[in-house]
Amino acid sequence: MEVWSGNRAAAESAKRARVQVVSAYPITPQSSVMEYMAQFISDGELDAEMIRVESEHSALSAACGASLSGARTFTATSSQGLMLMAEVLFFASGLRLPIVMALPNRSLESPVNIWSDHQDSLVVRDSGWIQLYANSVQEVHDMIVQAFKLAENERILLPTMVCYEGFLISHVAEVLEPLPQEKVDAFLPEPDPKWAVFDLDNPFQINELLTPEAFPEYRYKQHTAMKRSIDVYKEIGAEFQEKFSRSYEPVMGYKVDDAEVLIVGLGSIMSTTKYVVNELREKGEKIGLVDIKMFRPFPEKEFREITRDARVLAVMDKDIGFGTSGMVYPDITRTWYNRDGPLTMNFIVGLGGREVVPETIKRIYEIAQKADRKVIEKEGEIYWPDTLTEVIM
Amino acid sequence: MSKYLEYVKQTKHTVVYPPGWSLVNKTGTWRSLRPVIHQDKCTKCGLCWIYCPDGAVEKKEDRYEINYEYCKGCGICKVECKRGAIELVREEA
Repeated sequence: MEVWSGNRAAAESAKRARVQVVSAYPITPQSSVMEYMAQFISDGELDAEMIRVESEHSALSAACGASLSGARTFTATSSQGLMLMAEVLFFASGLRLPIVMALPNRSLESPVNIWSDHQDSLVVRDSGWIQLYANSVQEVHDMIVQAFKLAENERILLPTMVCYEGFLISHVAEVLEPLPQEKVDAFLPEPDPKWAVFDLDNPFQINELLTPEAFPEYRYKQHTAMKRSIDVYKEIGAEFQEKFSRSYEPVMGYKVDDAEVLIVGLGSIMSTTKYVVNELREKGEKIGLVDIKMFRPFPEKEFREITRDARVLAVMDKDIGFGTSGMVYPDITRTWYNRDGPLTMNFIVGLGGREVVPETIKRIYEIAQKADRKVIEKEGEIYWPDTLTEVIM
Repeated sequence: MSKYLEYVKQTKHTVVYPPGWSLVNKTGTWRSLRPVIHQDKCTKCGLCWIYCPDGAVEKKEDRYEINYEYCKGCGICKVECKRGAIELVREEA
């Protein structure tokens, strides 16, 4: 057992994955990931190239180059840094490069705010990257290694980001069980690159023009690879469970069986929710939770399976799609639309690091528990339970 | 089936083209202005050849010639030519 911060857990996991190239630019709250990586390399614990760059745009561009040379490549960023990378995100996914990114979530400016919400990773949810969300330091540590295995799988070959909230996970020290190196080596052997790798003997052109005659077919290929990664992640989760005795699935339910209200969400708020579920269950309330570990691709079948018998899904969004709903919510509603399923409600919480405390979740439960079709029709389905909306009215 | 679709079908993940793929795309059809080199004014300095972003100016034994199969008609050669030896002529429809 060790006591590590989330950022250390991410770096220690990348070290165990024996990454060969690390390329990143510092930003709060990600910086210490790179500091740890630099330390490992300079101490001789990790045999890797550290590429120092002048911006996040360059960081991911260099990572793409490294990946095209066949190297196992790791990067990390957050918030504004991810926004600067946005253009290159699509290059990495379009070129099908299995780069792995550690992403401590942080809100987006303006106004300046360095604390955590999911706005940054969710606005790039459709950039073709697989997105995993960790809700503890242990999960960050486990997921980086899983992410490499998933990204490099021959049936997938897609970049993957492991998201975990800034400070709440990135800087909070928790007890965890470090992955033993020899077991990681067996779980994730040295890369045998099946993606496009430069070869001097067989030169080729990449990222060339693709006309409307074939572009949609290419996109469809990317889309189906994305969809496939749900099943592959299940397989990886099963193997991980067998080797390391911790289970991972694209969507994980807790006390869902006879639950009337299910609190749905991703990230650290789900650990708080678990605490609340336990407390309310003792009082006889029929509450459960659904923790979305994999948000892109969205595991709709699995989600339906878990939420089938609930009466209300209370979806927490630690982000806001201005003028519409939270960004997790549409995937939930789509999953049940055209089918006879639970009512759905959306709760915008924790923006810019506002703490999501048990009371917030209890309030959500109270609102959801009372809700029916009539209430939703009258009051709408989107609530801001921890925002003083009257202040701005 | 178009050559592009053929490539997407063949390739497993990323579309990879053989070297020289850009030769397949005859970009000359994009041109609305045609650069014409007046050989009598040309001093063979080679600036047009250096500046052409598409490599569409070709160096021949005794002269420079424009390859109209690939020249997009951007006009950079005309701007760079210090002798005013290149004229842009509107392409007829």
